[in-house]
Amino acid sequence: MRKAGIGFLAFALVFAITSFTFTSDEGGTKSLPSVDIQNVKGEAFNTLDIANHEGPVIISFWATWCSPCKRELNTIAELYTDWQEETGVELYAVSIDDERTKSRVEPYINAQGWEYNILLDSNFDFKRAMGVNNVPHTFIVMDGKIVYSHNNYAPGDEDALYDKLLELTADAE
Amino acid sequence: MKKFLLTLAVACATTAMAQNDMGNITGNLESTFQYLRNDPLIDANQPPEKALINSYANIFYTKGKFSAGARVESYLPRIQGYPDRFDGTGIGFRYIGYKTDFIDLTIGNFYEQFGSGMIFRSYEQRALGYDNAMDGIRLKLNPYKGIRIKGFWGKQRLSFTDGRIINSAGLVRGFDGEMHVNQTFEKLKDFPIDIMIGAQFVSKYQEDDNDQLILPENVGAYGGRIGLRYKGFYLNGEYNIKENDPSSDNGYIYNNGHAALINFGYSRKGLGIVLSAKSTDNMSFRSDRTKDLQDALINFLPPTNKTHTYNLVATLYPYATQLLGEVGYQADIIYTVPKKSKIGGKYGMPININYSIINGSVQSGDGVSGQDSTQRLRPYSNTPFATSTSNYWHDFNVQIKRKFNKKFYAIGSYYNILINNDVIKVTDDAKGKINSHIGVLEMGYKINRKHSLRAEFQALFVNDVYDKATGQEVAQDKGNWATALIEYTISPNWFVSVMDQYNYGNPTEANRIHYIVGSVGYVKGATRIMGTYGRQRAGLFCVGGVCRFVPASNGLTVTLTQSF
Repeated sequence: MRKAGIGFLAFALVFAITSFTFTSDEGGTKSLPSVDIQNVKGEAFNTLDIANHEGPVIISFWATWCSPCKRELNTIAELYTDWQEETGVELYAVSIDDERTKSRVEPYINAQGWEYNILLDSNFDFKRAMGVNNVPHTFIVMDGKIVYSHNNYAPGDEDALYDKLLELTADAE
Repeated sequence: MKKFLLTLAVACATTAMAQNDMGNITGNLESTFQYLRNDPLIDANQPPEKALINSYANIFYTKGKFSAGARVESYLPRIQGYPDRFDGTGIGFRYIGYKTDFIDLTIGNFYEQFGSGMIFRSYEQRALGYDNAMDGIRLKLNPYKGIRIKGFWGKQRLSFTDGRIINSAGLVRGFDGEMHVNQTFEKLKDFPIDIMIGAQFVSKYQEDDNDQLILPENVGAYGGRIGLRYKGFYLNGEYNIKENDPSSDNGYIYNNGHAALINFGYSRKGLGIVLSAKSTDNMSFRSDRTKDLQDALINFLPPTNKTHTYNLVATLYPYATQLLGEVGYQADIIYTVPKKSKIGGKYGMPININYSIINGSVQSGDGVSGQDSTQRLRPYSNTPFATSTSNYWHDFNVQIKRKFNKKFYAIGSYYNILINNDVIKVTDDAKGKINSHIGVLEMGYKINRKHSLRAEFQALFVNDVYDKATGQEVAQDKGNWATALIEYTISPNWFVSVMDQYNYGNPTEANRIHYIVGSVGYVKGATRIMGTYGRQRAGLFCVGGVCRFVPASNGLTVTLTQSF
């Protein structure tokens, strides 16, 4: 019975994934999960509040010890004002720094001059709920639905992100 | 369990059929495959199975206030360096939850942390095979503005054998309350100082099965915390006491333990400063008093030093928290030389200076011992932040980043890391303190819109020590190293890299080996496939101050990750 249960679960899993592969091309069937994490002040923050923003939202998982994450967010920082003007985008940088490096997050972002919304996910609750394996991992959320997901960062990936933002905002108009 | 699986499976299947109105599924898959060869030069052995594979699938289902999730994991057999009792395929994590704005209830497995985690942190660090998930019940309440209460009761995951979760012997229970004072009290809404206070309590129960000692079956740990913010300043402090907890770690003594952590920070645009101080003594806290290494830990003691990322700096001499006691201090300054200045250039120039030092805690000999010693030995007394002269670690490092134009940047770094190998055992080849100087130059060049090149050059130099056997000065540990790495990326899909770690300074000439590793990766959306081929040296592999020893290997590793 136990084995049958696992078999069934595995089947359901495969089924679920394949059906997602089909639907994800149409975009946006998956909703943002509701998880209680913290903002940079240490206040409770429910992740559904991210979707309150009108227009596209970028969610980027990063950490102060992750070099490619910092390369990505520093690159976007130079483009961010333009992106905001053109597409109305907001960026949430979700730090997965744990207690060891959490105290560096706020000083780091201020020293870099980032103007993102910063969230702290120090025990990985939001990371888990979003299905993130490793950082950096970047999502775009539109009207509460996850419409874009990209793991890793290579220089130039920001252009693909920007193209997707333009596409989304063109659709909206 | 059976019913649970069935419910979950049905829920998943039906949801997949009609997702739009039937809830939401997220999750991920990860699989790591290794094919290993014999390489006598670096003591790498081929396992009898030749090939190894670890696989995981997480699936989380939510619909309105209801949620359920599970992780299937599989070790056929486990990849190198994983705990040797992980085997088989089965459910390694499962839960059902219910959540509203007021209440959040979980039954089954969950991860949780109280305050800074120094008396309770349950989490997964898969790269290390570390997973101390709780198995029981958790309740979170938001009874009033700014107030959060959490409680849990359960056992702790210790292992995964024959496809089943094995929980550790003890029972763990805890409560935590936190108040954001300015939110709770209307009058303080506009008070310039932002105040958070909290208190945490954790208790473990384990039967006294020792016929020589009278062991406390219930051990409590408790503490308080405070967070203050004023303009660009913040100050966080936490203090915890653990009651007497004789264990194999502390040699079955009855001393209380303590853990204190203070972080002070200031930041404004272009400048960030953090000062940290930590004091711990006798703070190994496990749900099974007989366990060691990373097993059955209830708490997490964060190391107060910077997490390094460059290969030689991060992996050769990493610091691991000393559970029996340490006092550590850290200062970190990040300053960005402003844009459009002569030195800062067009983009500004970030400079990071970081210093950390960790010593032993003072354990003075005026505790309770003598006649009663077989039963309730308290061999020493201890005062928080009383720092002994025994130095475990220091790390001074500077990093400067300069972006020269749209296409080219360079980062230069220098590190001086000293580690006391008699206390923090990182190698069998060194005596006493290893003092290393490391230089790293990283450069990145963007060839065009999609193609980029990145290179790292690293060199590590260690001190010499007197060798009695030969009467000569020889290099500590394995001597000096040099590393070169070249990475080529084609956005958004491909990356290729080659790294050579050359142990050119090894005191034994035959061991002056090139460890060459090549990697190719393909990324499409949330899918990532990476193949790595080559030699990996043995060493401590650490994530967040928790370390695992990984033996040397030579062969192919393929990793597939998928999020959905």
